[in-house]
Amino acid sequence: MQTKNTKTLYLIPYFTWIVLFVIAPIGLITYYSFFDLSGNFTFDNYRNFFSSVYLTLTLSSFWYAFLITLFSLIIAYPTAYWLTKTKHKQLWLLLIIIPSWINLLLKTYAFIGIFGLYGPINAFLNVFGIGEQQILFTDFSFIFVSVYIFIPFMILPIFNALDKLNPSLIDASRDLGASSWTTFSKVIFPLTVNGVKAGIQAVFIPSLSLFMITRLIAGNKVITLGTAIEQQFLVTQNWGMGSTIAVFLIIFMVIIMIITGQREKGATSNGKNK
Amino acid sequence: MSETPIIRFENVTKSYDAETTVLDSINLELERGKFYTLLGPSGCGKTTILRLIAGFMQPSNGNIYFNGKLINNVPANERQVNTVFQDYALFPHLNVYENVAFGLRIKKLGKKEIEQKVLEALKFVNLSGYEHREIEEMSGGQRQRVAIARAIVNDPEIILLDEPLSALDLKLRSEMQYELRELQQRLGKTFIFVTHDQEEALAMSDEIFVLNEGHIEQSGTPMDIYDEPINRFVADFIGESNIVSGTMVADFRVLIGGKEFECVDKGLNPNEKIDIVIRPEDLEITSVEKGKMKVKVDTQLFRGVHYELSTYDDEGNEWLVHSTKKAEVGEFIGLDFDPESIHVMRLNETEEEFDKRLESYGEDAYAN
Repeated sequence: MQTKNTKTLYLIPYFTWIVLFVIAPIGLITYYSFFDLSGNFTFDNYRNFFSSVYLTLTLSSFWYAFLITLFSLIIAYPTAYWLTKTKHKQLWLLLIIIPSWINLLLKTYAFIGIFGLYGPINAFLNVFGIGEQQILFTDFSFIFVSVYIFIPFMILPIFNALDKLNPSLIDASRDLGASSWTTFSKVIFPLTVNGVKAGIQAVFIPSLSLFMITRLIAGNKVITLGTAIEQQFLVTQNWGMGSTIAVFLIIFMVIIMIITGQREKGATSNGKNK
Repeated sequence: MSETPIIRFENVTKSYDAETTVLDSINLELERGKFYTLLGPSGCGKTTILRLIAGFMQPSNGNIYFNGKLINNVPANERQVNTVFQDYALFPHLNVYENVAFGLRIKKLGKKEIEQKVLEALKFVNLSGYEHREIEEMSGGQRQRVAIARAIVNDPEIILLDEPLSALDLKLRSEMQYELRELQQRLGKTFIFVTHDQEEALAMSDEIFVLNEGHIEQSGTPMDIYDEPINRFVADFIGESNIVSGTMVADFRVLIGGKEFECVDKGLNPNEKIDIVIRPEDLEITSVEKGKMKVKVDTQLFRGVHYELSTYDDEGNEWLVHSTKKAEVGEFIGLDFDPESIHVMRLNETEEEFDKRLESYGEDAYAN
């Protein structure tokens, strides 16, 4: 009896946390999404979301999140692969992780300086006589900075998956006549796909709701779901509409989680120690 | 042999940096259709030889020939060789059928042909009906068979086996030894088997290469190696043995522990220092008066088939005896043995000199 009571006791902090910071906010957001500006119950917010303005916004959000995820993946996979082959992998890994400990806002401000008209990049371009370019407030700078911010979260799960991969499976594949490319596509990638999925989750979902980078680096030229929520709450004071967008954002997140969810088969072992 | 050896190593050296040499100028020739075993303690370079043949690494020096063709720079996926890995290296994301079919799919064979070959290979290793099992559902012994099926289905010229039995329990291991040997004879392929288990090597091989610290100590049939070990290392590694220092007084006379005994070796320098080996099963327990040697029984273990006695002579040399007779611990007993049981090993003798010496004894020396 005693043990059962203590077990329940241990669960109290967890449940308090979940209720206060997960269930309650979602409940509140859902509640607010059914009220208009003057506080009357309405479904208008949901109707409005399916208007062309918000649909375009959603599409562009997805498009940018997709680009950010894609470029992160393209850079992260080879990097993670290279990391598993290096001698001091823990050190290299640490060097990649360290920037993610620095405050996001600080890093973003740093890029304003770097990309600015009088920043080092433009100074460099001037030396070659190319002349000053508008780098800040472009799609390029937005995606570049976002990829920079998110890339450790893509590298880490892929690195873990690759590191767990039994190297004799690669030998076995070569031994059975597979070229390097076939070995990658038939053995290495399928066995590390869960790492890739975890990386996609960690990058794609937060990318959907970026708002600080869009404002500081993209100069509000890129509007994502995140920016829209911020504007509704802080600028237009339309809490109802802001909540509705947030509800949809949560729904999208859940859908992505389900799509990139882990399959059980062969996922846990990765062929090691078997 | 007039036929070109299927594998030939010519002064093959493998080193990772200036200090660590894994293989030191290895020369060997392997004939088609035989069961070879590379035997040695861990770190002796046996797996390195296997990896060089498979193409997972390149020699630092020297040449490797396959059917007389230089293959130093042929990548692993273009070699007519398949490997059964120590940990089996089965693909966990594919089921049994797909694992076995992996090599065939890469060769882009037709669907029907693949199916026929896979089912045939699975039948060969007694795994019919297991096609759709996941690897995780298979036991150790079954995984082992899948790994073998995956190798043989590609019809390679050579099958390399990297300690494939080490993860199995004793009973399964001896069963698999029979099966592997039988499989090799049925297929008629060249098998190269790597192990550190001398019993396994003796039981299965046509020819054994005993390796130590990157070089071949001795090669020969299991009988040759067991009966005529070239030196202390081989004698010690292959089976239980009593190794003591002695002196060759004259031809056919050897001095061990202050006593002279008759032996069958000749042609050595008078009073040359040597090592001698007597196998525990060649020592017979008798009364102190009748025995050639008087020893005191220190411990006795019952091993099932025989008793294992650890005994000491007056000089303090240990003599291990395998006997079906019992003795009392602490008692003095006599040990009897034939002149043929004494194997004389010259210090620092090369394999070539050793073979020459044995040949000079003529057939009668072997007749026992």
